[in-house]
Amino acid sequence: MTDRIAQIWGTRTPYAQGARWPARVDQALAEGVGEDDVDAWVQSACLLCSNGCACDIAVKDGAMVGIRGRADDTVNHGRLGPKGLFASWQGMSNKDRLTTPLIRENGVLVETSWDTAMGRIVERSRQLLEETGPLSHGFHTSGQLFLEEYYALGVIGKAGLGTPHMDGNTRLCTATAAAALKESFGSDGQPGTYEDIDDCDAMFLFGHNMAETQTVLWSRVLDRIEGPDRPLLVCVDPRETEVARHADVHLAIRPGTNLALMHGLVREVLEHGWIDDSFIAEHTIRLEDVRAAVEPWTPEAVAETCGVPAADVRRAAEIFGTADRVLSTVLQGFYQSWQATAASCAVNNLHLLRGLIGKPGCGVLQMNGQPTAQNTRECGADGDLPGFRNWENPEHIRQLAELWGVDELKIPHWAPPTHAMQVFRYAEQGSIRLLWVSGTNPAVSMPELPRIRKILADTFLVVQDLYLTETAALADVVLPAAGWGEKTGTFTNINRTVHLSRQAVEPPGQARSDLDIFLDYARRMDFRRNDGSPLLDWSGPEDAYAAWQECTRGRLCDYTGISWTKLEGNGVQWPCNDKAPEGTERLYTDAVFPTDLDRCETYGHDLLTGATVGPTPYKAMAPQGRAIFKTAPYSPPPEEPSEDFPLRFTTGRTAYHFHTRTKTGRSRPLNDAAPGAWVEVSPADARAHGISEGDLVDVTSARGRIQVPVRVSDIAEGTVFAPFHYGYWDQPDGAEPRAANELTLTEWDPVSKQPIYKNAAVRIGRVAASTGPSPAPTTTASRPARGTGAGIEPTTGGPAGQASETVLEPEES
Amino acid sequence: MKLPVYLALIERSEETLAASYRVVSEGHAAEPDVHFLLQTLASQCDKHRRILAPVLERHQLSDESDVPESLHHEGLSSTRSGPLGLLRDLQDLYLAASLVDITWTMLLQAGQGLADRDLIEAVQQCDGETSTQLGWLRTRMKQAAPQALIAAG
Repeated sequence: MTDRIAQIWGTRTPYAQGARWPARVDQALAEGVGEDDVDAWVQSACLLCSNGCACDIAVKDGAMVGIRGRADDTVNHGRLGPKGLFASWQGMSNKDRLTTPLIRENGVLVETSWDTAMGRIVERSRQLLEETGPLSHGFHTSGQLFLEEYYALGVIGKAGLGTPHMDGNTRLCTATAAAALKESFGSDGQPGTYEDIDDCDAMFLFGHNMAETQTVLWSRVLDRIEGPDRPLLVCVDPRETEVARHADVHLAIRPGTNLALMHGLVREVLEHGWIDDSFIAEHTIRLEDVRAAVEPWTPEAVAETCGVPAADVRRAAEIFGTADRVLSTVLQGFYQSWQATAASCAVNNLHLLRGLIGKPGCGVLQMNGQPTAQNTRECGADGDLPGFRNWENPEHIRQLAELWGVDELKIPHWAPPTHAMQVFRYAEQGSIRLLWVSGTNPAVSMPELPRIRKILADTFLVVQDLYLTETAALADVVLPAAGWGEKTGTFTNINRTVHLSRQAVEPPGQARSDLDIFLDYARRMDFRRNDGSPLLDWSGPEDAYAAWQECTRGRLCDYTGISWTKLEGNGVQWPCNDKAPEGTERLYTDAVFPTDLDRCETYGHDLLTGATVGPTPYKAMAPQGRAIFKTAPYSPPPEEPSEDFPLRFTTGRTAYHFHTRTKTGRSRPLNDAAPGAWVEVSPADARAHGISEGDLVDVTSARGRIQVPVRVSDIAEGTVFAPFHYGYWDQPDGAEPRAANELTLTEWDPVSKQPIYKNAAVRIGRVAASTGPSPAPTTTASRPARGTGAGIEPTTGGPAGQASETVLEPEES
Repeated sequence: MKLPVYLALIERSEETLAASYRVVSEGHAAEPDVHFLLQTLASQCDKHRRILAPVLERHQLSDESDVPESLHHEGLSSTRSGPLGLLRDLQDLYLAASLVDITWTMLLQAGQGLADRDLIEAVQQCDGETSTQLGWLRTRMKQAAPQALIAAG
């Protein structure tokens, strides 16, 4: 057995470049349950980060009692991370689960029947449609439901009601990944695959603390690092993350300056001629735009703006420019920061300059934050149309109208679907008067919480969730949802791998799947096609999946070849169709990109302002299957340190929690590993403020305040960090504020509309002396600064944090 | 030669547009994208005036009174409130930016007529940004119009 709280990434299984990553089967069973006691193993995939690890759920006496990784699956080769091991089934089987619908009566939530709860929603819905029309309805969904559920919701919104106001919390986690892929390559769709880790010579992690956000993927990197021919590693992150500790070059950049750094790297690559001229000539357009934008960004200029040594910029660019096979990954350090889309497109640009795309070991992984965020994007439950269709292309709208049997004018397509931040703004202004939240917790996860709580309290709010979250507590109607292991459906991870997750047990009490809830609403609203038949006549997830397959036919995300039978066992990567019956490992192996006028998902935007390019100028640009170099001039972030707020504030994850801790906070080993909020301060800033480890401090921005203990860590001087997971559901009434988003500002990227969580200005002040070390884990980026850890107990899991690891010999795997 | 009159017009129009962007930015600060982006656009206008300065130096007006007041656009000195007010204010900005945009076009023609390479280059450095400003205003208004005209109270 291994303590997988202390050893987040488990036991090393080193391997060489080009070899198969050895399989290691990780397993955790409930106390007192042995393998022989298990009645059945039911296939699924983990929902506690975006990696998409395939697993089997152990069932005994009708209850989930354990989990193990699937050895043959391409994603995880048997492994599971601490969250999968200790918060999957444990996060579901908790006494706090919602088991009956609730409605608000005289200001208090009281138990009621499904009929009454749904009746109240439908009554409100009908009344608003009559008074104002569909623009009165707004939806805020998740990155944690299943594909079939998103598609049902997308059809309800676009063809049933006809409202453009539908988005997900995916706006907060993955919108920039989609936007950057669309701008550069014409369509969403991950170019690379996890196998590229096996083959690469160098890896760049841009704002991506993979060691904590996708622990199993990081295990794969660690196994390459410990192998005979380790890849070079470059890390861009203001924190001393585990990634940074293994990096050959660590660019500990000032938050908000990513684009300046990227311009510097691109400029160096151009200056040294580390480019593939024939690839550029044949497969790209508009390099001249990039040349102009990067021109001022010498390594010295980058050093001045970003606070990193010029020599490190040169060395990083040299690695990018000279390694044979380079893999880049990008996540929230770029996505949730200033000029997000432009900085993320710059990563794509680096790969286009060298023609490093569509080949083993080369390419880009624009990552996601949540397990099923890819499906929110594909299915049109966020700010996109289903099947990567283009809202500006009348033919794409016609296809949807035909699929759904409704008039084209019913489908809102005068602008892109409304992004989450704007949905909340319309609710604030009172023009959205019914807000329906499914599977997420904006009362903790959105920026500038004091404002968000007021909006949620003042709007007719429907919430469907597993638990009475901070958001559900503000609702007018609360619907108890069935979750992972309690329903059947599919979902897709970052590298386009689709997994089937089977129902293992019955949901508790009266809880119903999100799909059942949406279908019930559609029936009660009597949404119909033009021919009079019901809009959604699906009886369950299998019907929904079949309808979805039709919707994807001929599109880049083609699911037509992925039957549920094919998904029995292991995952399959889309596109999968007659031409690629076994799925597709890498996109763009022929360097032909979906930028054709008829095919593209967007005609693009000006990356500085977000102005749409429009069909006519796009046509004039004639991309015709070539990728587009997109860029913007660097501009400073909207909020920079000032006399009142002298420090840069940034937020992020810890390895032990997911989202707002609704599941992980209910797992004892995970909660014990990171039981409470903290703020990380560099040793120099701690000295300057007379603060030491464990002291209680106020962190204050122009918008709010939190009071949390300090961890003195190796974060870059001038920057402070707080984890975003912690809210109030497990806090006593009147507790001091601790949610990181009390401090963040309301602003978003002009193209992806992803909120800027990583650039705010704060001040910090000591409130009380330490009564012990802060609750921050010692095993992650929040570990104590070098030479300061004395007296701080290392984070361990104890008996509850044990899991077995079985390394399989290569011939067995 | 009336070129100096038009150079004075663009100089004043960029100044007015920058001021108008800042007025709307502050007046609609509750719309964060509008608030922050209009600050950026205002800085672009300031930059355009700096780029133009050497050209103005060479083509000075002989007499300030040569520029009739009626030539100018007044800009926005205050903002309206609510979703409809935002829409209408953005429309006013669109008109002010359109004046700048088409004036750049006239100046480019004059620059070519005079074979004045510096003037041509100055215009080329600026007019692309102005047309993107118009593009953003159009994008933002198209997004806002249905909600403001149909659903807002």
